[in-house]
Amino acid sequence: MSDGVTGQNFAGEGFVTNLQEWTVSGLSGALKRTLEDAFGHVRLKGEVSGYRGPHSSGHCYFALKDESAKLEAVIWKGVFSRLKIKPQEGLEVVVTGRITTFPGSSKYQIIIETIEPAGVGALMAILEERRRKLAAEGLFDEARKQLLPFLPTVIGVVTSPTGAVIRDILHRLEDRFPSHVLVWPVRVQGETSAAEVTAAIRGFNALPGAGAIPRPDVIIVARGGGSLEDLWSFNDEAVVRAAADSDIPLVSAVGHETDWTLIDYAADLRCPTPTGAAEKVVPVRRDLALRLADLGRRHGEAMARLGERRRTGLRSLVRALRRPEDLVAAPRQRLDLVAGKLAHGLAINARRHEIALSALSRRLARLSPHLQLEQSRARLARAGQQLDRCFAANSHRYARDFMRVAGRLSPHSLRLRVARGRERLVLAGDRLGHMAPEIVARRGSALERVWKLIESLGHKGVLARGYALVLDEGRQPIRSAGAVSVGMPLTIMLSDGDVDAVAVGGAGGGKVSGEKAAGGQGSGGRGVSRKAGEAVKTAPSNQSSLFDI
Amino acid sequence: MSQDVSTKDASLTKGSSLTKGSSGATDQADIAALPFERALAELEQIVARLERGDVALEESLAIYERGEALKAHCEALLKRAEQRIEKITLSSDGRATGTEPLDVET
Repeated sequence: MSDGVTGQNFAGEGFVTNLQEWTVSGLSGALKRTLEDAFGHVRLKGEVSGYRGPHSSGHCYFALKDESAKLEAVIWKGVFSRLKIKPQEGLEVVVTGRITTFPGSSKYQIIIETIEPAGVGALMAILEERRRKLAAEGLFDEARKQLLPFLPTVIGVVTSPTGAVIRDILHRLEDRFPSHVLVWPVRVQGETSAAEVTAAIRGFNALPGAGAIPRPDVIIVARGGGSLEDLWSFNDEAVVRAAADSDIPLVSAVGHETDWTLIDYAADLRCPTPTGAAEKVVPVRRDLALRLADLGRRHGEAMARLGERRRTGLRSLVRALRRPEDLVAAPRQRLDLVAGKLAHGLAINARRHEIALSALSRRLARLSPHLQLEQSRARLARAGQQLDRCFAANSHRYARDFMRVAGRLSPHSLRLRVARGRERLVLAGDRLGHMAPEIVARRGSALERVWKLIESLGHKGVLARGYALVLDEGRQPIRSAGAVSVGMPLTIMLSDGDVDAVAVGGAGGGKVSGEKAAGGQGSGGRGVSRKAGEAVKTAPSNQSSLFDI
Repeated sequence: MSQDVSTKDASLTKGSSLTKGSSGATDQADIAALPFERALAELEQIVARLERGDVALEESLAIYERGEALKAHCEALLKRAEQRIEKITLSSDGRATGTEPLDVET
């Protein structure tokens, strides 16, 4: 404790003290040594706080805390990479390490060497979370599972080369089916265990089939029973991924019946024990040999039976074949019998046909066309004679009737009718001669009357009475003063000729100036006669009745 | 595309005619490479057919011969089985370099 102390005792002076005087570095160094001596190896329980993964340097800085205190913590890079269980925010952990100070800033902290979850509950929580994460990635899907080979040639075993586990496996394999076993030695617990198991699984898969080392047909990853912590390597994410990625069918056999690790989920088959794995991986040779022997026996027997059956079949067929003489005898006999009856039968048959033929020819003769013709001819002759007789009788009767009627016939009545008609004709001719001149004279005088009337009523008659008819250039009669404009050339028709004129005034008060000219006669037309009609209308006489005459 | 199909078909028909053609010896060339369970399954099929007896004489002789060969192959595989235990030797960087016998005290 006297290091770094410079004090001396000066009696009578004001600074008389026996208190040591420190330098800052000296005190800081002393504190550091004190703490490191006193707390060089501590086991500390607390909750991880402010953990944000390893720093870019690879070291980890965070804090451990409880209800009322907080302690800075550091995990150096080298330690961190070996940790089975990494810190996790909020995780209750038990760490071992040493306390040291950081003199530059008056701080003290714990340098962690190991870290483990505080209690099984915490560990299980980590396990469950990891399982869920890997399951979500599909690593445990049933569809990924491969079938184990029926009879593997080479069996790869990832386990410790010493100990009960490999012994159990080899024993059981020997019992069932002695096989070629390749052991990939690994540590099954401890810091490097997970990495070794991962490398072993990937290593087996990486073997080229044709190399010096044979490639296994199936892999067993095995470990004996132990605590959750002991089996922790087989929950490692890298191990689980390697197992899931394995192209070689993989059987897991970690721990005992009740122990489940994450590799069990990723394996193609999970066995509760290493012995169980050996049983699943190979069949029992003795059983196979028995089955093969049985098959071989059946094979031979079946073939023999098949041959025997064929032979028997052939023999019975041969037996069933009769001698050719026997085959022919009966038909021959029948032939003879029949041949004997042949001539007789032929004669009978001919006779029968002969009879039938004669009957037919008789029927035919009856139906001969000559015969029918003769009969028809006779009928015709008879009918002819009858016709002659009937005709003679008829004509005689008609002649008689005619004579009788002819006697009564005379022209007297006709002549009477002609004379009567002639008389009527003469009478009518006379009447006509009297009436004709009278009718002509009557019609002539009526015509004359009408003609006179027409003359007095025609437009010329009107003009003769002193009226004039005014025509426009188109020689159409003008009926209204409104139709005349100033300067319009006009033609005035009088009874003895036309006068050309020009209108001096407008509608209403217009005067007409004109010069006399010798207009052509007979200009008339429909317009004029209508004018005449209108002019006549003013007269008291009834025009229509006049025209109707 | 169509060419692929036709060549495939041709190879198929060739394959099937090979198995149907029953000259025995040429048929049995493939047996040596058959895994145990395949050979056993085929032997079972042959035995079943012979026992049913609905095989023509010529073919029955052919498949009988093949059955015998399959049986011999299976027996050889069973007989060959012996325990051989080896350990992978690793290089310093953890790669497999070879094998050595592993002596597990039993």
